[in-house]
Amino acid sequence: MALSYLRSSSSRSVNLLKPLSSSLPLRRPISTDTTPITVETSVPFTSHQCDAPSRSVETNPKELLTFFRDMALMRRMEIAADSLYKAKLIRGFCHLYDGQEAVAVGMEAAVTKKDCIITAYRDHCTFIGRGGTLLEVFAELMGRQAGCSKGKGGSMHFYKKDSNFYGGHGIVGAQVPLGCGLAFAQKYSKDETVTFALYGDGAANQGQLFEALNISALWDLPAILVCENNHYGMGTAEWRAAKSPAYYKRGDYVPGLKVDGMDALAVKQACKFAKEHALKNGPIILEMDTYRYHGHSMSDPGSTYRTRDEISGVRQERDPIERIRKLILSHDLATEKELKDIEKEVRKEVDDTITQAKESPMPEPSELFTNVYAKGLGVESFGADRKEVRATLP
Amino acid sequence: MLAIARQRILGQSFQKIRPAVSVLRSYSSAAKQITVREALNSALDEEMSADPKVFLMGEEVGEYQGAYKITKGLLEKYGPERVLDTPITEAGFTGIGVGAAYYGLKPVVEFMTFNFSMQAIDHIINSAAKSNYMSAGQISVPIVFRGPNGAAAGVGAQHSQCYASWYASCPGLKVLSPYNSEDARGLLKAAIRDPDPVVFLENELLYGESFPVSDEVLDSSFCIPIGKAKIEREGKDVTITAFSKMVGYALKAAEILEKDGIHAEVINLRSIRPLDRSTINASVRKTNRLVTVEEGFPQHGVGAEICASVVEESFAYLDAPVERIAGADVPMPYAANLERMAVPQIEDIVRAARRACYRSVPLAAAA
Repeated sequence: MALSYLRSSSSRSVNLLKPLSSSLPLRRPISTDTTPITVETSVPFTSHQCDAPSRSVETNPKELLTFFRDMALMRRMEIAADSLYKAKLIRGFCHLYDGQEAVAVGMEAAVTKKDCIITAYRDHCTFIGRGGTLLEVFAELMGRQAGCSKGKGGSMHFYKKDSNFYGGHGIVGAQVPLGCGLAFAQKYSKDETVTFALYGDGAANQGQLFEALNISALWDLPAILVCENNHYGMGTAEWRAAKSPAYYKRGDYVPGLKVDGMDALAVKQACKFAKEHALKNGPIILEMDTYRYHGHSMSDPGSTYRTRDEISGVRQERDPIERIRKLILSHDLATEKELKDIEKEVRKEVDDTITQAKESPMPEPSELFTNVYAKGLGVESFGADRKEVRATLP
Repeated sequence: MLAIARQRILGQSFQKIRPAVSVLRSYSSAAKQITVREALNSALDEEMSADPKVFLMGEEVGEYQGAYKITKGLLEKYGPERVLDTPITEAGFTGIGVGAAYYGLKPVVEFMTFNFSMQAIDHIINSAAKSNYMSAGQISVPIVFRGPNGAAAGVGAQHSQCYASWYASCPGLKVLSPYNSEDARGLLKAAIRDPDPVVFLENELLYGESFPVSDEVLDSSFCIPIGKAKIEREGKDVTITAFSKMVGYALKAAEILEKDGIHAEVINLRSIRPLDRSTINASVRKTNRLVTVEEGFPQHGVGAEICASVVEESFAYLDAPVERIAGADVPMPYAANLERMAVPQIEDIVRAARRACYRSVPLAAAA
């Protein structure tokens, strides 16, 4: 039952829309329409040590509709996770991405599954973007067998190696050198692919980031460092943590681009530009100007260090889903009702998946001792009382 | 005593001290002698030749030929794409190594000494050791972290710590520590071929020591199984466990004890994690007495784990309390006389073995 909901969605939308299109014989099925449309990004790109790409982005109805559906799915998923956490079905840490969806979908539109993505702990939507399923997300959050890490990882440790998603990391900043290592391996293997290493404005001050950037620049690694600047590192605003919050410039000798991270098309354009650059010239930094509606995690209300006006202001003016909705409507690619239907459908999908995920059992006790090693050598491992609980590692 | 110890370490008078009997018992056709350095170098060379995914990374490993010349000649042979000189940024380059291992390459990351691994320890533990578990088997990390560990000579507190017990306490890591050239070759080759992260603890003072090796050891397919200790010398009166340089000391202590009619069994651990509990316990069940020897700090050390294991599994077989010989519980001093007091000496091992055998001279009343 682990269907890729994103892929099957287009066929479902066609079914939904067929009756409508038959009543309006002049309208083509929008979900498969790839007629190019050119859109201007909301703001121009700002560049450092390079020439910025054009503000004109090529897209098409199919892509815009996919953006809409994918972001609506991600948004709904994160809000549902909020409720599950409050119902104590999700434990420990839960860092939600709602508001930042445009970065995940825009990036996927510019790259292939052979390119690598690695991020920190705010990884649920990035995982979906890489082809992970809703069931794998909810089951993992609730610590069940159907989870992407079989319930053994939790919110911060989602991985999908077959589509080159390398997690899911809890230690702030660690994922950046790891990402540069992925880029190293891609270059070593002559794969002609790139790695996107995502980090936040809080992680941007980590020393290991600059160590990895130095080596990446020296060795011309195809590494793209993407700062998802949501302006708050946990409860600390960027101006209180960074002497220079111009994160796209912090690479010094490494070029950088500042991007409106709430505009999926701008993100797509920037990532496409960065991939071409990285393959030819080595590392580049992308700063995505984005925003998270939730607090840092579920333990943080998110309103003690920022005003509710600020949060609602961004929601009204810069929401990534609303932007795409307006674009779709203004280009007459779908009606308001059709878009609302998509949102209803997504909501139902999320609800149904949660029901399914709740039925997935917790891991077997023997799973405590699996995957400690790839090759356990028949060695013994112990439980809390080693005279009671022992296991042989396969 | 220190001067004699130094001479031994430099391998000059080594052959004179080792009795011919144990040489014949330990090695099949002991024809050739190679240094630990040559053993490590040849192991790296052969594994790089056999698998194009293996590459080396570290400070001075390339053009400088290796800070301790372990990687000598490898840059010339394999080129700068496979032998990479890094800047002095352990956190950065270790993270890069682990990331490359995520993708499927097989990095061998050198720390100039394991003291510097502390700058990168988050990547060793959180990024490497735990990944296979957290990802339920999706992300395995076939990486080797190698370099000199423990005390050298006169290098002071910040350059002398032994990290065996720190790393060996972490599930997900394998921790190996060779003693002689056979160990160095076999264990390093096994480590590079292993799909899990391996911490490979060498010893600077052993690099120049020569040991006899058989043709089997010199063969390019030679490998030592991880997790198996070696009984270097058989005995029936007391078991002495040791790893790395201390194996040499334990063997010399055994010769001294022999003269008193105490036949010591010396176990070369080779693998700190997984620890070969069954070999250790089988030996203690035979001898009924145990002395653990290590160079590192005593508290929460390797000896403490071995003692606990024996108490848990073989308590009824113990005829005496377990004795622990370890480095002194102080940061390593510089002055030669204090340094000598801060690391185990052969006479410490002999004394502890005698105590375990209830043959020690009673302590003087003044204390």
